[in-house]
Amino acid sequence: MIKSGFFERNLRYIFPLPALFFVLLLMVFPVAYTLVISFTDWALTSGRPMKFVGFSSYLGVLKEPRFIDAFGRTFSFTIGAVVLEAVIGTVLALVLNREFVGKNGIKFILLLPLVSTPVAIGIVWNLFYDPTIGFLNYCLSILGLPQSGWVTDASTVLPSLIMVDVWQWTPMIALIVLAGLAGLSSEPYESARVDGANSTQIFCFITLPMIMPTILTAVILRAIDALKTFDIIYAMTGGGPGYASETINIMAYKYSFEYFDLGSASAMLVFLFVLVLAASLGVMRLRKRFEA
Amino acid sequence: MKRVLVLVVMVGLCLPLFAGGQSEGTASEKPQEIRVLLANHPYGELLKQVIPEFEKETGIKVNVESLQESQLTQKLTTEFATNSSTVDVFMTRPLQEGLLFIKNGWYEPLDTYDFSDYPSNSVDIGRKNGHVYIIPLVTEWQVMYYRKDLFKAAGIEVPTNFTELEAAAKALTTNEVAGIGSRGKGGSAVTQLSSYLYNFGGLYLDNNVAVFDTPEAIEAFRYYGRLLGTYGPQGVTSMSWENLMPVFQAGKLAMWTDASVFYGQVVDPTKTQVPAEDVGIAKLPAGPRGDSPFIVVSWGMSISSKTKNPEAAMKFLDWATSKELAIKGMLSNITMARNSAWQDSEVREKMNPGLIETQAHAAQNGYPFDRPFMSSVGKARDLIGEVIIESIDTKGTSPRLEALAAEKTEAVNELLKADGEYGGN
Repeated sequence: MIKSGFFERNLRYIFPLPALFFVLLLMVFPVAYTLVISFTDWALTSGRPMKFVGFSSYLGVLKEPRFIDAFGRTFSFTIGAVVLEAVIGTVLALVLNREFVGKNGIKFILLLPLVSTPVAIGIVWNLFYDPTIGFLNYCLSILGLPQSGWVTDASTVLPSLIMVDVWQWTPMIALIVLAGLAGLSSEPYESARVDGANSTQIFCFITLPMIMPTILTAVILRAIDALKTFDIIYAMTGGGPGYASETINIMAYKYSFEYFDLGSASAMLVFLFVLVLAASLGVMRLRKRFEA
Repeated sequence: MKRVLVLVVMVGLCLPLFAGGQSEGTASEKPQEIRVLLANHPYGELLKQVIPEFEKETGIKVNVESLQESQLTQKLTTEFATNSSTVDVFMTRPLQEGLLFIKNGWYEPLDTYDFSDYPSNSVDIGRKNGHVYIIPLVTEWQVMYYRKDLFKAAGIEVPTNFTELEAAAKALTTNEVAGIGSRGKGGSAVTQLSSYLYNFGGLYLDNNVAVFDTPEAIEAFRYYGRLLGTYGPQGVTSMSWENLMPVFQAGKLAMWTDASVFYGQVVDPTKTQVPAEDVGIAKLPAGPRGDSPFIVVSWGMSISSKTKNPEAAMKFLDWATSKELAIKGMLSNITMARNSAWQDSEVREKMNPGLIETQAHAAQNGYPFDRPFMSSVGKARDLIGEVIIESIDTKGTSPRLEALAAEKTEAVNELLKADGEYGGN
């Protein structure tokens, strides 16, 4: 029997309970289960029941040169994409922060890549990139420039994929930074002008430091996402040619659904989980320094 | 009291979650409804058109899902491995997943089925410990599609050996047209390389031991790499059949070696810009040490061991693999596994003579595998694919090809050992 008053006193805790329960179940359970599997040798191809093998899946993964390459690629892809997106996005935001005719139209166009389906984007860009019948090589040939293999060439596949990611996600960063710019107070600008600062100085010493926390927030959000990028890469190259565009996420997918080696795949995903967590904490720290 | 009631209601709201897990197995479903998974394959399309007839005849409702081949394997495996499957009948690739599914006990043994109308080696692929688990549906073999008009214009004959093949590829390559195309995308190239490998006298597996690092195999890797690297379309290491077919249909390939199953699509005027009379089909040229194209059961059909409607499933299976439907399939250029379908007079009259000829040659001299036949075939294919890509990238001249092939052979043997399949049978 519940004591009188207990319910009223704890109303705000009791009402979200069912929702909290579901969220925990849906979020914590998969992560925990992946962690459990990563300590087993579960592989459907062996036909044997899974058994605990401690850290041997982790060691096996670390000994796999393909994984080390994928690890490096995950970073190259993320850093390449996020840096470009942050720079171009900030520039776009600064341009859009002025008043000019057609500004709203441009904002609307910027939103389009954000709301497109990744797989559709992948298919369309693949048509652009196609070395034989693609639009980009057609343009290059008109300009008399040498043609590229784009996503079909191991040396250009990662930059080509980064380009698609930049095309898709730069607008998001631009819009976040634009919101940050709109909220800046005008006082520092007035005093700077009184002191005779030129526009370069104003940008470097006032605007940039003030919007840095906003930019970094956008970068955190984007980096977490970029580290886990799956859909565009899978739709466009499937990790190929060879393994030239295989990131950790793609590799883990192949290990689970093509090789049925679930122990190794889970170990890779745990690595990825830790990596994303560490990267986010790192950028958050950086952000705190700017706010201080 | 009211509060207790509220608590009870809240707990009740969480309950369906657990109830959901229990409805399976206890609730007896309607006996006359089955779930069937088909592949996006010409035969799957054909079945979908005629399933309403089966429903009308038997009163069994058939819920059909169609998937791309790799998604089909993934879906089945995930459902079976997590014990959440409600599939009754499904299309399956004996060489890709047969061993894996048999090992895990996911196929229902088909002890009552009459296999007398099938070539015995096609049935043996799905046989283990005295039980057959897979009914062969479709056979495919290696062929070469080529452009008669381009051969005529260049004044050359259809090549009959690998030396002539290379010369023809060279003669037919222009700025507009690639001389020859074949799969170059790592793992998916493995099946197409297989016939080249056999014609050079090599094998992927010999008595369940990987042997694709022998001098004969290296020669095949080098030849394939030289051919595609020099005369293939740009970006060939990213190309599987779904990328090569449009290039051939757009008239940008003079020759294309791949499976026989695509014939219908390369002569279909709604899909191809090349007139059907300009498309020829021939057997793959002979190699220095053989003339054995692959001829395989690419698709079969099975019943899930977890089915709750075994009778309805069996009825469907009997109907879907019947002689009548096999003949119907043959008439739409799908090459079926049943012997009687090939002997049918109407079929022989209407079927493309090139298909009949190449099939006869393959049935006589062919090799019943187009990939390493093992449980971990997915990973093994990717490992072999690394050697293929290295060879194509260097136009067959890579100095480290022998070492790479030896390394990957070792890795495939490790997989065989891990799965308990190494050596012997």
